[in-house]
Amino acid sequence: MSGGELIINTPLAMQVTPADWPGGYWWHWLFFTVAIIVFMLVMVIGAIYIERRAMGKMQSRIGPNRTGPFGLLQPVADAIKVLLKENIVPGTADKIVHFLAPIVAFTPVLMIFAVIPFQNGALLADLNIGILYVVAVSSIATVGVFMAGWGSGNKYSLLGAMRDIAAVVSYEIPLVLAIIGVVIVSGSLSMNEIVTSQDIPYILVQPLGFLLFFIAACAEINRSPFDLTEADSELTAGFHTEYSGMKFAMFYLVEYAEAMAMSAVITTLFLSGWRGPWLPPWLWFIIKTVIVFFVMVWTRTTLPRVRIDQLMGLAWKFVLPLALINLFITAIEVIFWPDVSQWFFVIVNIALAAILVILFSKLFKPGWGRVEV
Amino acid sequence: MKFENFGIGMLKGMAVTILHLFRHASVSQYPEQRLNISRRSRGNELVWSRERCTGCATCAKACPQGAIEIVTATDMAENKYKVETYRVDTGYCIQCGLCVEACPYDAVFLGYSYERARYRRAELVQSNDELLESPQRPVSGYFHPDIAEKLPKQTLLIEKVVEKRK
Amino acid sequence: MTTTQELTLKTEPFVLNMGPLHPSTHGVYRMRVTLDGEVVLDIEPIFGYLHRGIEKLMEERTYTGCIPLTDRLDYASAMSNNFSYCLAVEKLGGIKVPERAEYIRVITAELQRIANHCLAIGAMLNDAGALGTPFFYLWRQREKIYDLFEMLCGQRVLYNYMRIGGVSQDLPDEFLPAVKKFIPQLRHFIDEYEFFLKQNEILIARAKGVGILSKELATNYGISGPVARASGIRWDLRKNDPYSVYDRFEFDIPTRENGDCYDRYRVRMEEMKQSLRIVEQSVKQVPGGPFRTEVNQVIRPPAGEAYAHIEGPKGELGYYIVSDNSIAPYRSHIRSTSLINLGALRQMVKGWKVADLILIFGSIDITMGEVDR
Repeated sequence: MSGGELIINTPLAMQVTPADWPGGYWWHWLFFTVAIIVFMLVMVIGAIYIERRAMGKMQSRIGPNRTGPFGLLQPVADAIKVLLKENIVPGTADKIVHFLAPIVAFTPVLMIFAVIPFQNGALLADLNIGILYVVAVSSIATVGVFMAGWGSGNKYSLLGAMRDIAAVVSYEIPLVLAIIGVVIVSGSLSMNEIVTSQDIPYILVQPLGFLLFFIAACAEINRSPFDLTEADSELTAGFHTEYSGMKFAMFYLVEYAEAMAMSAVITTLFLSGWRGPWLPPWLWFIIKTVIVFFVMVWTRTTLPRVRIDQLMGLAWKFVLPLALINLFITAIEVIFWPDVSQWFFVIVNIALAAILVILFSKLFKPGWGRVEV
Repeated sequence: MKFENFGIGMLKGMAVTILHLFRHASVSQYPEQRLNISRRSRGNELVWSRERCTGCATCAKACPQGAIEIVTATDMAENKYKVETYRVDTGYCIQCGLCVEACPYDAVFLGYSYERARYRRAELVQSNDELLESPQRPVSGYFHPDIAEKLPKQTLLIEKVVEKRK
Repeated sequence: MTTTQELTLKTEPFVLNMGPLHPSTHGVYRMRVTLDGEVVLDIEPIFGYLHRGIEKLMEERTYTGCIPLTDRLDYASAMSNNFSYCLAVEKLGGIKVPERAEYIRVITAELQRIANHCLAIGAMLNDAGALGTPFFYLWRQREKIYDLFEMLCGQRVLYNYMRIGGVSQDLPDEFLPAVKKFIPQLRHFIDEYEFFLKQNEILIARAKGVGILSKELATNYGISGPVARASGIRWDLRKNDPYSVYDRFEFDIPTRENGDCYDRYRVRMEEMKQSLRIVEQSVKQVPGGPFRTEVNQVIRPPAGEAYAHIEGPKGELGYYIVSDNSIAPYRSHIRSTSLINLGALRQMVKGWKVADLILIFGSIDITMGEVDR
């Protein structure tokens, strides 16, 4: 359906449990909660494994292959090692904040999965405002990071955490603007509706939106090439230095879980979720998520890190204007030509995306690094 | 950051990386696969030949570290110095090979091995019969071309990619 | 030198200690950095953590016994140290070196230059944040050179190969065919590597215009080697003061104008190509004959002093030896490249950010074994 009308959000229209689900509301809730937690943990273990093996192969060595057949038990070995470490809390730390920070950082990531559809109608809560919920909840993880930085009682952790927050806040806006482009084309905020309306995957209809969302997502989850706060810890220690044992394991988990969550969101928004021939839909979903995650690993292996002022410059001078223009163009297309076939827009959008990227590359001024005093 | 080449540079980089995914990794699975070390390898130990040594102590004079200690007695039964003690502190030795080069009677060799770690420093000091050649202590061809010819050829990374794990 | 900027907030610079154990792989070097927020105002270098008293130790060993000691100075490129020392002693004693030995020395010195630049570029890119990928690719080429040297003298890193009056052993039969096989492999690799990294925008943004060393400053500090050539000084001892048989080969000296980190990286890549040319020419021209003049193991040069310098991979490496007709040098002083090149670090770093400081330090290519001796 070519998007022309937004669905009005009324309480009667909210359908959380599908009518044909056996056992009623609580059974649905229990099943999906357990399924999501298990899915997420298994995917994180898979993510760690894929990252280490694929990165190793791309660097012309092999990753871990001794623990278990083909090294499959390596993440398990890592988890056991981390659990056996002593849990040290620094003396000057704020105890409650220090304790709660990993939890506050981890829970929102789990909550994102509540609205991601694994199959047609198979999600924990089919909210009408699905994507808005995702954006709102994913920002709470930043609070956890800040709590970690403050609660450590270490001024370098605080500096690292503040840098991280500056980056996340800068990239929230282009993230949301890229999402709005998708919402306009599909006509609904509900994740399930977005997937069902993708007869053509939105990566083709919104190529610029996909690119900007990918860059903004990598910056949000502190992945290379934007991983200043965790690997620039050469000097100012990152926000998770004062953590050891299980709390550190939570932060480590958060990093990969966020990567997986963002991959899942990209899959539903741009790659048409669970749709595909022959295989069961949830398998398509997993395959597409793994492919997106692999692309993230690929960029991590290849690109060196950017500096903090270059990161902010990129956000405000390159990604944000492009996101605004993308939104503008999409809105014009949807309002003035609602009945034209989407293939026409595919071609137009790809051409416009190429022109805009080239134009902006020429106009974007480098932010040299020297302080203008 | 200036995108002078519209992001093409980054895409080129990514193309090279993904190409490496399909090439064979340049590693070998030690200890299942061991590569052949050089025929002139300067291994971790010293090998001494009791028959040829005359106790002239040229090797001890040549050693820059002073790791070789020789005690001789003037029991001129076969018209040779009788070597009572020939002690090498392998912990001091830097495997430079100057002793092998210096010996006029070809009585000193460097070992062909590299896995000679010990748990105690005292076990690194070896003397007399511990220094003789044996199947566990093969000799290398450093400054001994006749021995070097008999040793297996060295595996070079230039020649081949390491074999796949069986 | 502390400055406070009169903004709305009163800020104050603080001193940070980047301790001897460095995250970047350059050895034990300590810096006390005066920072104003993120901007570096001044650094105070403290070194000497690796001082082993090599110059004093050389007074207690024979001339031949000093050669293993000289290996351990610049342990990343050991052949050049041997070369320079042997040149100095031969100058002192008036010993002539046969032709074949000269050619062998040139081949090994140029191969060592390639290996050293592999390490330097890899370490610099590692500091820039590429998680080891360029480092691993270059290291594979360095491994090939290690194999070649192992074939020659039995050890992979600290060779003790050259002797006074020539080299210690003749080339084995497989050496020259292996070098001939290596040359096209390295050419192909350098082309692929340039494709990989030359136009990478993030590297250009990190390294271009960063850490500029002007020509006057470089001349005043006495900088030599690729660092000076990147600043526009056309000075290479192989052309300006030829030693050994370098005047028989044809090769260029790459120079660049700006003197920033990107130029230093480019100069090293170009030098690798030129070294390959020299190796190719010398492999064709190697004559037969003796590989060493007959010199005693314990020599007594006549009393006097001599200074000999070579163009090592990092710059001018010189040995000044005073002899008093005994079996050991009376006094030896090493004009080590890294120590003199390190002098310019303070001026290069002012005004840049912390992340740039680490990149600039990596681009000068310091080995602490040489600095501290």
